[in-house]
Amino acid sequence: MLQVFPDVKGRFGDFGGKYVPETLMGPLQELEDALDQAMEDQAFHDEYHHVLEEYAGRPTALTYADKISDYLGGAKIYLKREDLNHTGAHKLNNAIGQALLAKRMGKEKIIAETGAGQHGVASATVAAKFGLKCKVFMGEEDIRRQELNVFRMKLLGAEVVSVSSGNGTLKDATNEAIRYWVANCEDHFYLIGSVVGPHPYPRMVRDFQRVIGDESKKQFLEVEQDLPNRIYACVGGGSNAMGMFYPFLEDDAELIGVEAAGRGIDTPEHAATLTKGAPGVIHGSLTYLMQDDNGQITEPYSISAGLDYPGIGPEHAHLFQTKRVRYESITDKEALDALRLLTEREGIIPAIETAHALAQAFKEAGSMSKDETMLINLSGRGDKDMATLMEHFEEEV
Amino acid sequence: MLTKTSFQGKLEKTEDLFIPFLVAGDPSPSMTIAFALRLQQQGADVLELGVPYSDPLADGPTIQRAARRALDAGMSLRKAIELVPQLRKHGLTIPIVIFTYYNPVLRLGHDQFFDLLEENGVEGVLIPDLPFEESEEIRGQAESKDIEFISLVAPNSEQRIKQIAENAKGFLYCVSTLGVTGGENTMTGESLAFIKKVKEYSPVPVAVGFGVSTNEDVKIVREHADGVIIGSKIIRLIENELDKINSGEKSGALKSFSNSIAELVK
Repeated sequence: MLQVFPDVKGRFGDFGGKYVPETLMGPLQELEDALDQAMEDQAFHDEYHHVLEEYAGRPTALTYADKISDYLGGAKIYLKREDLNHTGAHKLNNAIGQALLAKRMGKEKIIAETGAGQHGVASATVAAKFGLKCKVFMGEEDIRRQELNVFRMKLLGAEVVSVSSGNGTLKDATNEAIRYWVANCEDHFYLIGSVVGPHPYPRMVRDFQRVIGDESKKQFLEVEQDLPNRIYACVGGGSNAMGMFYPFLEDDAELIGVEAAGRGIDTPEHAATLTKGAPGVIHGSLTYLMQDDNGQITEPYSISAGLDYPGIGPEHAHLFQTKRVRYESITDKEALDALRLLTEREGIIPAIETAHALAQAFKEAGSMSKDETMLINLSGRGDKDMATLMEHFEEEV
Repeated sequence: MLTKTSFQGKLEKTEDLFIPFLVAGDPSPSMTIAFALRLQQQGADVLELGVPYSDPLADGPTIQRAARRALDAGMSLRKAIELVPQLRKHGLTIPIVIFTYYNPVLRLGHDQFFDLLEENGVEGVLIPDLPFEESEEIRGQAESKDIEFISLVAPNSEQRIKQIAENAKGFLYCVSTLGVTGGENTMTGESLAFIKKVKEYSPVPVAVGFGVSTNEDVKIVREHADGVIIGSKIIRLIENELDKINSGEKSGALKSFSNSIAELVK
């Protein structure tokens, strides 16, 4: 049975666990105890789902992409519209769950890490909503690239802490958030944005994102009276994919996770952790990661800041090893082409992260028959990516 | 009752221990040897030899900078372990503990890691991101090779303190305050009570680290614990000498480093 993962040690098969400094073992146990209690409390679930409905705007729609389906001439393509979630991406589902847990634990201050800024914005949003103080750690390079989201966070009342260590990207922001948490764990709650980090984070974030898969399953059964043949999601840390896949793990649907191949997996500039990485420890978890022969973590690259992470959630490592999920990779260029196609044919501008999942699905759709179906998790909208898109498309548009 | 001999019989003292930390290869392997010898002259009882890592989660900015310098100079886990016989050749006799994050060990493979430690005469190993619950296999391997696996215990270890302390080998690394390395040490009544509790359970000397940066800090720690661990402060003293080292005045740099250490641990 897949659902028993993680085990009591926080393991998904060989992966997961708690590889953290001794000073974090206490706070992680406190978190796990509080999480277990909350998850058994119907009142907590009711509040979480109530906020998802009346604040975030869930359930999000399931859209049949008829124009793209006709154009590609194969499988019927459905989109799960997480771009319609409040703040524009799936990230808020998890931020709401963890903020409610923080309040329940009596922690008035939250910290978060962010790369592209979507999780930072989601954290700043729930902090404003629930009256919490929020500090967001962000690499200085990302602060430069994501000016708009930095302003959004500040407008929402969060403090954005610039991280200059390493290359100044998501990995370094996460290191710094963990270091800050070590020193301030007594009154701070660390709100991690993906299914990464030490136990119980990968489980907790998955459980706060599974609403994506649960809703999709119900909606899909209503319109198609069957489950999709294939389900696609992009994977950086892997929270939108875990949230979508988890409720389908024991069904027949084929699951496909799509990593960022950047400038190509045969170049050093990519973020294809499972395709090209090796098992190791990053941010407290045993998983796959990009590293050199000496076990030093290497810098990833992707056009999308949200996939630009050298690790991946440990449950994905497990699903990769057991072959329950097929992992593919898509280059910057393929992602941009898919983004253009969806925008022009369906009137939906997806996030560049999401475009990786679209590109893989579009590659496969034509070779499937017309009575087959696919479901793509449209994890976020592309508004945040306008500056990048202008650089690439302005001349053509 | 404290164990009288540990580190393969090379450490007979059980109190007033001075345990300095160096990052191997910061700023070069030959300077690491020179600094280590000076530390031994100034009374060091055990040397913690740090392996530089790209993502040192338990370390503050000082040790991060040192790791960056050492990595830029080409240091690795294997090279750091292979530096040990060089240290011996130049006259270092005190036990050496290899301090490394877990990922480089995993990449090398547990068996190969312990073979390397054994071949190069390393007496101890400390892995800061491998807590008790995740270290069972490695502790067993260390024991079978007669290498001390150093454990850490923190003020918020709570009910785990007893379990960790009772299983401690070599010396027990007591993290005095919550936070990363290189912060301010504040020895409150609470931390003194914590050290006392740890000492009740530990069969090996209890050494206090994190934020020990002045002679006053050293004196307070000495009064309450069996040993003092100094890392970031020593790195900062090395940083003070980098200009001299880079302009070729190595002996001047070493002399002034020695004087500062003498002042720190007097």
